[in-house]
Amino acid sequence: MDTTRSSPLARRRPLAALAAALCTAFLASACTGTDSGGAEDASAAGQDVTITFWHGWNQDNEVKAINDNVAAFEKLHPNIHVKVRGNIADEKSEQALRAGGPDAPDVVSSFSTDNVGKFCSSHVFADLGPLLKKDGIDPAKTFPPAMLQYSQYQGNQCTLPLLGDAYGLFWNKTAFAKAGISGPPKTFGELAEDAVRLTIPSGDSYQQLGFMPNYHGYETPIAHYLGQYGSTWFGPDGRSTVATDPTVTAMLTWQKQLVDRLGGFEKLEKYRTGFGDEYSAKNPFTTGQVAMSMDGEWRTAALADDKPDFEWATAPFPVPDELASTYGRGYQTGTIIGVANNSRKRTAAWEFVKYLTTDTDAVVSFANAIHNVPSTLAALDSPKLQVDANSRTFLDIARNPNSSTTPASINGGAYQISLQNFSFEVESGQQTDLKAGLTATAKEIDDAVNQAKK
Amino acid sequence: MALVTSPVPPALRAKRRRERVRTLAFLSPWLVGFGFFFLYPLVSTVYFSFMSYDGFLPPSFSGLQNWDFVFTKYPPFWTGLANTLWLVVVMVGLRVVFGLGIGMLITKVKTGAGFFRTAFYLPYLAPPVAATMAFAFLLNPGTGPVNHLLGELGLPQPGWFNDPSWSKPALTLLAMWGIGDLMVIFMAALLDVPREQYEAAELDGASAFQRFRYVTLPNISPIVMFAVVTGVIQTMQYYTQAIVAGKVASGVIGGSGQQFDPGYPSGSTWTLPQMVYNLGFQHYDYGSACVVAVVLFALSMAFTSLLLRRRSGFLAED
Repeated sequence: MDTTRSSPLARRRPLAALAAALCTAFLASACTGTDSGGAEDASAAGQDVTITFWHGWNQDNEVKAINDNVAAFEKLHPNIHVKVRGNIADEKSEQALRAGGPDAPDVVSSFSTDNVGKFCSSHVFADLGPLLKKDGIDPAKTFPPAMLQYSQYQGNQCTLPLLGDAYGLFWNKTAFAKAGISGPPKTFGELAEDAVRLTIPSGDSYQQLGFMPNYHGYETPIAHYLGQYGSTWFGPDGRSTVATDPTVTAMLTWQKQLVDRLGGFEKLEKYRTGFGDEYSAKNPFTTGQVAMSMDGEWRTAALADDKPDFEWATAPFPVPDELASTYGRGYQTGTIIGVANNSRKRTAAWEFVKYLTTDTDAVVSFANAIHNVPSTLAALDSPKLQVDANSRTFLDIARNPNSSTTPASINGGAYQISLQNFSFEVESGQQTDLKAGLTATAKEIDDAVNQAKK
Repeated sequence: MALVTSPVPPALRAKRRRERVRTLAFLSPWLVGFGFFFLYPLVSTVYFSFMSYDGFLPPSFSGLQNWDFVFTKYPPFWTGLANTLWLVVVMVGLRVVFGLGIGMLITKVKTGAGFFRTAFYLPYLAPPVAATMAFAFLLNPGTGPVNHLLGELGLPQPGWFNDPSWSKPALTLLAMWGIGDLMVIFMAALLDVPREQYEAAELDGASAFQRFRYVTLPNISPIVMFAVVTGVIQTMQYYTQAIVAGKVASGVIGGSGQQFDPGYPSGSTWTLPQMVYNLGFQHYDYGSACVVAVVLFALSMAFTSLLLRRRSGFLAED
C-alpha cells in the first residue's frame, strides 16, 4: 500500500520530461543546417532543363533589357529555359540562397559587390574558377582589373561582373563659365578652390553650392573618396590598415578642411536635407543646387532625359594633389552574378552566367540598354557600344589600371560602416583625434572580421 | 522524517487523474501555442547564442565567443543599449504622463469631447512607416514646415532627425503624437473613479492636486502600471520608426561603397531590435544576434519584475 504522497516536483516530472523532449527535438531539427551540395544536370546532353534566375532590376527599360538577353540565350540554347524573377532585393536573395530548397534560385545577381566576400566565404555561390578554366576563359584577359577584384574573395571567383559602375565628376559648364573657371578640376586642391568660387551664399544657406562634400551627400561616402587614393583598406595579413594607411588620414583631413571652407558641417547638412530624391529630376545637380557632383555613369542618361537648363559635362573625379599623375582613375563597382552552390542544375546555370557575362554582344546590348559600363574588356572596345563624349569618360575610368574598388570582406561591407561612422564624427567635429579614432576603428574592423571567421 | 498520510482510495485517484487530463486537454491549445511560439524560440535563442551559425553551414559550438564579441568587441552594442534605455525611460514616461493628461482633459471637456477624442485617437491608427515618413517631412531641417515656422517666430531650428542630440526627442514626439491607445485606456479608468470620492474630498477641502493625488491616482494606479509595463515591453521592441526615420532623414539609398549607416545620425537611433536584425539577417551572425536577443529578453524581464515588485507600494489597495 502506498503510504507516501509524491512531492510536487516528482508529479511534474513527466511534464518536464515532455517539454525537454520537445525542445530537444525542435533544436535538433533546427540544427541540421542546409544541404549545400548542388549537382550538375544533363543540359549538356541536350536534355530540357529549367533554371530560375533572380535579379533586382525593376525599371521598365532594365527589365526589358535583361529579358531580351534571356530570350537571346534561350534561342542559343533551346533546351535551357530560364524562369526570371525581377525586383528582388539583395537581402531576400541572400536569405533564399542560404535557405536553399526547391524554390531557391539557381542564378542570382546582386547590385552590391560588398556582399561578394560573404557569398564566397560561406559558399552560397559556387566557385566559378574551375568552370572558367574548363571553358578556356582567362578572367584576367576578359574582365577589367577592378571588376575582377570585386567579384572574388581570396582567390574564390564565386561571382562574375555583369556590367559595372564607374564614378566621375559631373560639372555645370554654365556655372563654371559664370565663375570664370575654364575647365573641370583635376586635383583635390583645384576641386576645393573651384567649390569655393562656385558657391553663392543666400542668407544663412546657399543659392548654389560648389560641391557637397559631406559623407552623407549623394555618392560621396568616404569609400568613394578613398577610391581616388587607391586605398587598400586591408593589408596582406587581412588586418585593417585604416589606422596605418596615410591616405585615410589625408582624406579625412582634406574633406574636413573643405567642409569648413564651405561654411561648416551644420550649414552644409541643413542645405543637404533640402535635396530632392537622388534618382529623380530633383537630384541637386540636375536642379542646379550644386555645381559639381560625384556620380556614376547612369546620371548621363538621367540628365539627357531631364534636360536641365544649363550645359553640363563629365570628367574623371579629381585626385589628391600628391597623386596628380593618376588623374583619370575612379571608384568602381557594379552588379555581380553567381550560381547557387545548392543548385541542382549547375551546368545549365553556368552556361547562362557565362553567356550573360562573357558574350560580347550580350554585354554590349545590355550596357547600351541600361547605360552602364560594360564589364568585359572586349565589350569596352566594341564598335557596337553606343557612346558619347560624356559616357566615354566612364569607359575610360573603367579601363584605367589605377581605378579601384572596395575589397571583398568576409563580413560584407561592415568594415565600411565602421570607417563611415568614424568619418561622420570627424566631419561634424565630434572627433578630432584622428590617430586614436582610426586605431579604435581598425580594432573594431578586425574584431568583426575575426568574429565572422570563427 | 517521512511524511505519512492516509491512503488515497483508487477511485479518488482515478478521478483526480481524469481531472488532470481534462485540465490539460482544455489547456492544450495554449500549451501548444506557448511551446511553439514562445518556449521553443526562447530556448533556441539561448542555444544559438553559444553557437557559430551563418544560416548556411551547420552550426558549431563556440562557447562564450559570441558573448565576448558582443560585450567587449562590438561597440555598437553599448550605443544601442544606451539608446534603448533612453527611450524606455523618457519615451515611456512622457507617453504615460501625456496620455493621462490628455485623458483627464477630454473627460472634463463639456462640449466637443467627441471631436477631441477622435482627433487625438486618429494618429494612433496611422501605419508606423507612413507616420514616421510624414514626421520626417514635417521636421526636415531644410525644407520642413516646422522649422520654417520656428524660424518665423525667431526660435532655434533643431536638426530633428538629422541631429544626434535631437533624433530621439523627435522620435518621442512621434510617439506622443500617436497617444490614442493610452488616452482611451486612461479615459476609461478615469470615468470609472467613483464620483462620491471626489465629492467627499471636496467637502474635506481637498485642492485639485490633492484630489488627483489621493483620489484619482490610487483608483487608476493599476491602469498606470499596465501602461508602464506594456510601454516598456513595446519600447524594448522599438524598430520600425527608428529605422525608417534614419533611412528617410539620411537620404542614403545604399549600395556598394555606400552602406546605409544604421542608427542615423551618428548611431543615435540605433536600438537593440535593429541590432538583432542587422547581426542576424544582414551579417548572418545568428549567434551574436541571439546574444543581443537574450539581453533584450533579460532586460524586459528585469524591468517588468522591478515594476511589479514596486506595485504593492504604488497601489492603494492590492
